[in-house]
Amino acid sequence: MIHKLTVPIPDEAIEALHVGDQVEISGVIFTARDAAHKYMVEQFIKTDGNPQESEWPLYELLQDKLNGGVIYHCGPVVAKDAGQWRFVAAGPTTSIREEVYQDLVIEHFNLKAVIGKGGMGPRTLAACQKFKAVYLHAVGGAGTLIAERVVEVEDVHKLKEFGVPEAFWQIRVEGFPAVVTMDSHGQSVHADVAAQSEAKLKELVAA
Amino acid sequence: MQDLTQALVELIRRTSTDLPADMELALREAREREAAGSAAQGALDTMLVNTEMSRAKSRPICQDTGTPIFEVHYPVGWSTRKLAAQIKQAVTIATEKSYLRPNAVDAISGDNSGDNSGVEFPTIHFHEWDEDAVKVDLMLKGGGCENVGAQYSLPNAPLKAGRDLEGVRRVALDAVTRAQGQGCAPGVLGIAVGGDRGASYAFSKQQLFRPLGDRNPDPELAALEETIKAQANELGIGPMGFGGETTVLDVQMDTMHRLPASFFVSVSYMCWANRRRSMTVRGDEVTYS
Repeated sequence: MIHKLTVPIPDEAIEALHVGDQVEISGVIFTARDAAHKYMVEQFIKTDGNPQESEWPLYELLQDKLNGGVIYHCGPVVAKDAGQWRFVAAGPTTSIREEVYQDLVIEHFNLKAVIGKGGMGPRTLAACQKFKAVYLHAVGGAGTLIAERVVEVEDVHKLKEFGVPEAFWQIRVEGFPAVVTMDSHGQSVHADVAAQSEAKLKELVAA
Repeated sequence: MQDLTQALVELIRRTSTDLPADMELALREAREREAAGSAAQGALDTMLVNTEMSRAKSRPICQDTGTPIFEVHYPVGWSTRKLAAQIKQAVTIATEKSYLRPNAVDAISGDNSGDNSGVEFPTIHFHEWDEDAVKVDLMLKGGGCENVGAQYSLPNAPLKAGRDLEGVRRVALDAVTRAQGQGCAPGVLGIAVGGDRGASYAFSKQQLFRPLGDRNPDPELAALEETIKAQANELGIGPMGFGGETTVLDVQMDTMHRLPASFFVSVSYMCWANRRRSMTVRGDEVTYS
């Protein structure tokens, strides 16, 4: 069974999810990776919600759209046809680089899901449990397939400052496929697989 | 000297959008080994569907079109300076055509050059040879798998890895375990033993141009390639780190001379989107493989 999630995602829908579940997401989500996470934490969170005046419009937009919303760790390949942006390839990037920021962003914006690849660490897992959120794993490298599920590029923010891969792309997705690998009940596929493989490694290199 | 710019753009397009047949076959075989309905099998299915879509639509397999690494073999009398200029021009055109993502950023400020131009970017290595043809090998190596590559200086006490093939086996398995699914498993390992640090890493990447299943002519090294492949798959990390039967699709290694004082083992990890292709120019004839 595939769980269909629509943004904004209610807490009950998150609590119904467990590791291993397949989901499809629809609605408006934002790409955000290294530069965007650093920016959100420095501008919005460390200032207790008092960013520089120039950053207010984006802050208000994110407060609205990320409330119950979704962040996607992705730096897409894009094309512009007749003034309209289009996603050409848009698989996930490695998520663990955002481990130092993600829990703060989940709490501050009431984020309900983070999509990426490779999984995240204990800080993010704790935030998923405390604030009712999930980590969703998309298939790394599946750039063309996922781009097909991006039905509209609504807007892009910080394009000039951050560049194409690092900008906030505001996109409408339909049926974006992913697997729950960290749930709101404290379970993480990544922690389990790491523990099992490390035990096996010890066996394989036993003197 | 010919202008190869347009031929190079086509090489980049093919490399970015058309996964080589040996990789696609290996992914199909891996799919059959995973439990029906498992997350691992689902991930492999997604990879295979994506591979077909990218090829049909001529779009990048993966949005991280990586560091373009060019290995250029050229005949006596060709200008490497002019060839480099043509390669850089082709990379810029391929970026405009969205075969490549603008992927070169200033090391400190992070400012994106916008067209994949940059200091020592893309990577180009020239090799003069005796053939009357130009052969260009191209690999697009993404950041996720590049970040999980590792270099070990042996002996390594925690892993009890000495300066011998058993030590190489130990550190290679350690690298795969540390990588987990982060390098977009199932991947391919290129391993170099010897050299200085820089040469060792470069040589490990050259192994990744070998076709899957190609074994080192040295029977001892060939056996070790097989052993590391089998044992890496016993780790159970599986496709995308979801857990499963296939973590690596192949392991290819080779040795180079080293200093008596140094014993480096470099492990380059290539993701499942193992994009590498070749172009040969002989007279007016251009062939791709």
